[in-house]
Amino acid sequence: MRDLVSDLQAALGPDRARAEPLELTLYARDAGVARGRAAVVCWPASADGVAAAVRIARRHDRPFVARGSGTGLSGGATPVGDPVVIVTTHMNRVLEIDAPNRVAWVEPGVLNLDLTRAVQHLGLHYAPDPSSQQACTVGGNVATNAGGPHCLASGVTSTHVLALDVVLADGSVAQLGGLEPDQPGYDLRGCFVGSEGTMGIATRIAVRLSPDPPAVRTLLLDFESVDDAAATVSGIIAAGIVPAALEMMDAPITRAVEDFVGAGYPRDAAAVLLVELDGLPGGVEVQVDAVSSVARSHRARSVRVAADDAERALLWKGRKSAFGAIARIAPDYYLHDAVVPRTRLVDVLEQVYAIATEHELIVMNVFHAGDGNLHPLIVFDAREPGIWERVHAAGDAILRACVDAGGVLSGEHGIGLEKRDAMPWMFSEHDLDAQARLRDAFDPSGAANPQKVLPAGSRCGEAVRAPEGAWI
Amino acid sequence: MDLIESPVSSIEPEVADLCAAVRDAASVVPVGARTQWAVGEPPVDGLELRAPVGLLRYDAADLTVTVAAGTPVATLAKVLSRQGQECPLDPRHERATIGGVLSTGLSGYRRLRHGPLRNWVLEVRFVNARGDVVKGGGPTVKNVSGYDLPRLLVGSLGTIGLLTQVTLRAQPLPSMRMWTTTERSPDEVRDALFRPVAILWDGRRTCVRLEGEAADVTAQSDDAALDEGAPPTFPAGPHRGRISVAPGRVPALRSGLDQAGVRWLAEVGVGTVHVAADDVAALAAAREVAAHHGGWMLREAGASQLDPFGIALPNRELLLRVKTAFDPDGKMNPGRLPGLDPRPATKSS
Repeated sequence: MRDLVSDLQAALGPDRARAEPLELTLYARDAGVARGRAAVVCWPASADGVAAAVRIARRHDRPFVARGSGTGLSGGATPVGDPVVIVTTHMNRVLEIDAPNRVAWVEPGVLNLDLTRAVQHLGLHYAPDPSSQQACTVGGNVATNAGGPHCLASGVTSTHVLALDVVLADGSVAQLGGLEPDQPGYDLRGCFVGSEGTMGIATRIAVRLSPDPPAVRTLLLDFESVDDAAATVSGIIAAGIVPAALEMMDAPITRAVEDFVGAGYPRDAAAVLLVELDGLPGGVEVQVDAVSSVARSHRARSVRVAADDAERALLWKGRKSAFGAIARIAPDYYLHDAVVPRTRLVDVLEQVYAIATEHELIVMNVFHAGDGNLHPLIVFDAREPGIWERVHAAGDAILRACVDAGGVLSGEHGIGLEKRDAMPWMFSEHDLDAQARLRDAFDPSGAANPQKVLPAGSRCGEAVRAPEGAWI
Repeated sequence: MDLIESPVSSIEPEVADLCAAVRDAASVVPVGARTQWAVGEPPVDGLELRAPVGLLRYDAADLTVTVAAGTPVATLAKVLSRQGQECPLDPRHERATIGGVLSTGLSGYRRLRHGPLRNWVLEVRFVNARGDVVKGGGPTVKNVSGYDLPRLLVGSLGTIGLLTQVTLRAQPLPSMRMWTTTERSPDEVRDALFRPVAILWDGRRTCVRLEGEAADVTAQSDDAALDEGAPPTFPAGPHRGRISVAPGRVPALRSGLDQAGVRWLAEVGVGTVHVAADDVAALAAAREVAAHHGGWMLREAGASQLDPFGIALPNRELLLRVKTAFDPDGKMNPGRLPGLDPRPATKSS
């Protein structure tokens, strides 16, 4: 153990690896609930440093876990198996901005919002905008294939990543993808994005930059029932409009946010929708009219169109402060993430509320309604005896309801540890076997972020049931 | 041909037959409409298998559609257009099947705005080398549950599995679509436009595809001084290729390609250049030009004496591990992706 730390310190620098109780406690979990234990934490400053840390971990027969800012909510960065935790936050340089070709090369520790700040003077931005964008890293976004409100029209992280330099689990390096549109062979870049650190660690990332839209309109729609708001979401999509963002907040969260930031949300609304439309001015105006008319046909009480950038920013501040506002209601919360077809929103939301009532819990909903990405938020006080069992039971029931409605386990947070054992709800043994094979191809050693994403025994033949001569 | 929606169970018997066929065969060759047969090497041998045809679920209000992979793209387009929607797969051949287009992985000419093919695929189902049905991805427009098998399958040339069913995203059809032309340089035009759909340039004329609300299309066309015009002509000839270079290198290819004596059309901002030649030597010369600018050229038609890619597969060792993990006996479309036959490699390792 002492050798491990000193080997890392020798390779990376004396301040770049530590195994003191403070670090081991700080890095024992991400923003999710699962807690683990790191053997040692290190902060390489370069790709070579990451490769060295991986090789040292392997030499000491340790797994390794990559970590950005630790804002993930599914335990993807929780250290399991006494690993070396490799933190990328010291690799935080924007290396190159190629404005004419709308590409930036960045190190993995660059914060999501810092990337957009670095290019905004050029009329460009980096499209994926998770709610944690002030704190989360681009490398972490790559690992989780992160989303955000504005991914509705523009797509999640994978559609914005062109190329990746990666350190694989054996310490070797590779470039996956490229700036050229296609490469012969399989889309290894596409396989790596969203693999939650189980295929290696990205050390340099080429992302696509998006041009700022010439026109942006932000609307706040106000409803007397959640059903009407949800039906409006389905109606907007069914009318052939894919807004830049389409967010929903129910009554308790709207009140909490209003009390917290004073964004001018109606405190008596049963639900509000925040709709952003962008693009060329003609299309935006047509869509503003169409969205307003869909909303009115579903009994919207008011349609407020932000008059200027300041009002737009205020409306968004409300949405983005939602999680801060919750602290005013209860000390703890559990945030879920699942997706349902947009035509099923009304029905699934009703089930979510019913499940909460059944488990005597308070649930709030603030979510990316436009792509059917639900984020039911259970608020509670962890000091209450037996509360965790109820929170987990309700969470499982909500997830089941989403999958039963033709939905999926996660829309943007990832599987990590949190939903690993729910994977069989969605995937057959053959499906899981295929995923396990892909992972094993990238990391035959199983040392990269072990025990995440796939439940034990996913690979057919891992158990003893494979007959002789069969595929092992 | 028209399609009536029928449940997923309607293709199950046919898929079960395909599974049995894969299980029993020494090797299998997935076949679509054979419109891109010259991409990759011709398969060595094997039992030819075709995916079923059918519209399985069209949720127009959710902008998603599930089809059997053998369905022709043109048939799907007709179904979607009736609801004012489309899926911009844009194959070069009318007859191409959805499974064939996705397996070959060649994106259409509207990639600049609508993105590559892989962005439109939400869920895949395929028969693996053991003859089992595998599902990857999920039916919703947003999903990060597990590994991204759809992206692995797109462009895999049938060497991972036989695609039987896919769920795709759809988008509303624009109210106006227009081809415009100009003598101005493509980069200049691009700077004057907001997210144009396609900018195609043959070295002399720039053709721009605009889509959207009529007022916007007209305003954009005026802003960039574009004239309404005929669509561009894609280079035709017995020998064809597709160059991939970093988009910024496209202007630099011009003189080399002209000297090579090929006809060409570049997708500006994307980095794809479509090339056609009357003789193999000219196509080979175009490949040299691509290589000189850090790119490569895929053989798309004719030129059977040329190597299909002209470069070593990047990350071949890792690709081979992926191939071997899914198909250790090299059963799926052997030879089509040269250099990824697991059997000889197993011997040497």
